[in-house]
Amino acid sequence: MTTFSVGRRVTSFALLIAGIALLVFALVLDFLGLKFYIDLGNGNLDIRGAILVVGIILAIVGIYLFPTLKYHRTIVYGLFLFPLLATFLVTVIIPLFFGIGYSFTDWDGIRVRNVVGLENYVRMFRQPGFLWSILITFLFVFFNVILVNLIGFLLALLCTTKIKALGFFRASYFLPNLIGGIVLGYIWKFIFTSVLTNMLATKSMLSETPTAIAAIVIVYIWQYGGYIMLIYITGLTGVPADTLEAASIDGANPWQTLTKIKIPMIAPTITICTFLTLTSAFKQFDVNLAMTNGSGSIADFMGAYITNGTEMLALNIYSTAISQNQYALSQAKAVLFFIILAVVSIIQVRTSNKKEVTL
Amino acid sequence: MNRTPKKYVLVMETILAIIVAIYILFPFYMVCVNSAKNTTAITNDPVGLAGASFQQLIINITGVINNTHFNFWRAFASSLIITVLSTGLLILFGSMAAWVISRNQSKKWAAFIYFTFIASMIIPFQVVMLPLVATFRDVGKFIGIPMIQSIPGIVFAYLGFGGAMTVFILVGFIKGIPYELEEAASIDGCAPEQIFFQIIFPLLKPVIMTVTILNGMWIWNDFLLPSMMLGLAGKNKTIPVAVQSFIGSYVTEWSMIMAAALLAIIPMIIFFLFGQKQIVQGMIDGAVKG
Repeated sequence: MTTFSVGRRVTSFALLIAGIALLVFALVLDFLGLKFYIDLGNGNLDIRGAILVVGIILAIVGIYLFPTLKYHRTIVYGLFLFPLLATFLVTVIIPLFFGIGYSFTDWDGIRVRNVVGLENYVRMFRQPGFLWSILITFLFVFFNVILVNLIGFLLALLCTTKIKALGFFRASYFLPNLIGGIVLGYIWKFIFTSVLTNMLATKSMLSETPTAIAAIVIVYIWQYGGYIMLIYITGLTGVPADTLEAASIDGANPWQTLTKIKIPMIAPTITICTFLTLTSAFKQFDVNLAMTNGSGSIADFMGAYITNGTEMLALNIYSTAISQNQYALSQAKAVLFFIILAVVSIIQVRTSNKKEVTL
Repeated sequence: MNRTPKKYVLVMETILAIIVAIYILFPFYMVCVNSAKNTTAITNDPVGLAGASFQQLIINITGVINNTHFNFWRAFASSLIITVLSTGLLILFGSMAAWVISRNQSKKWAAFIYFTFIASMIIPFQVVMLPLVATFRDVGKFIGIPMIQSIPGIVFAYLGFGGAMTVFILVGFIKGIPYELEEAASIDGCAPEQIFFQIIFPLLKPVIMTVTILNGMWIWNDFLLPSMMLGLAGKNKTIPVAVQSFIGSYVTEWSMIMAAALLAIIPMIIFFLFGQKQIVQGMIDGAVKG
């Protein structure tokens, strides 16, 4: 096997040492509270961060060039995993553990003063507004999952017929899914408050809590139906043509073909779509924020007057922290939200595994 | 194949399809028409074309573009930079990590990393968003690079949040690439990093399309993460954040809101017109494989 040239050895060690030196230098500056400035004439630029980044890059190149044959593969594997694992650790894992921890304290977004145990959890279940949020979230999810799937499936049937310009219809049904929830929430708010009231001479659906929730369901179906339709189309076109032909020779009418052949054969697709809509409906936030911002009054819910009639869980968590500044309480609610979604996902994995066995 | 359906059935189906299309496209029509009206014209007649004029459209659009809360060109540039950088880096780092994971499947550490990634997909953003901002603020102070209200910070966050899904889809694809290909290259004296960049990475083209579309659409339209990381009042805003900050700040005039909505949806519509087939395929693959 080849041996390493002196040049490569020197480069590797030099880069490693330089990189680590810069890294240590940047961190020492930080610990001492010093700033390292470059005078640009019109203002100073703190280059502590730049030193750190250059240090890391030099160290990585140094490690990559490290003169070893035996461990070269391991080094490459490590370097390949490093960027994604590092970002994942800092953005997901560390905040998750902090988040769960903070829910047992009186964290105010900046510092923790006391550990309060389960107090936040007890408090959130004593808030009628929060219980209302849970209730309407489940109602919303229930209606959404059924309606979005039903409508998506019917649209898929419509888009697998022999009508002309199918491409246009499919594309236009899918179009709303491209637009972010905030923007289309405001568009629909305009339609509900200004257009429909003008056309039908009624008062706005958004002015009463129950109709406002129905309005959010309508918008959600409008946004999501086309996407679910696409997945059902994929399922339906996967049904073998000879099976359908055999059915038609045996004299099955369209209804029998649908219920006895098509629906059983796309059972896996139905599972996928159900859980896709389930989790996304639970997480529904943007449309809720843009359309009603959670407002809506309920005169008497568990003996209290509440003003967050259309506020679903995700929005409730957000406004508890952002508008009411109760970070620890919001964090406790978020942990509950996490548990609900985890349970849903576990059920999903179980059912899809079972389906795969029976198929 | 199927018998040709009766003619009246076909007519009924076509009519139904047209009605649904009208219903679905109606809000888009509303945006176009009403962004070309002034407030009085909207109050009088929000549906028809009466009162809509090209001059008014220009007035509304320039009003929105120059608004200090919206600042369209700046928001557009931020959205574009964030989406392109995050998606590009996710593909590069994601496929690197996915390759290592799928080539070491039998080893415990790789299985553990893979399982952690998959399990993390159920974590809702809400449970990490507050500590995330706090962590990023502290990390930013520590390393001397601002991580909140900054583009590098939000790209970093998207790498962390998009990594799991990206790796999951890519591992599924890489498993299907025959290992003999790599063995042959290895015998010919190819180093592992060369094997990846010269042999494996080019083969990933179709699945990279899927991942690009899924991540790109998510990042472009995402609101909650950029609103927390960049802030509604920050100097860098993505388009959804700019829309919220613009409407939340002072606007009750629907003509301005519709003009803002028009500006916000145009880039996506153009993108869709050019890459319709790929987008639709990418979204389906993402759902079926994810």
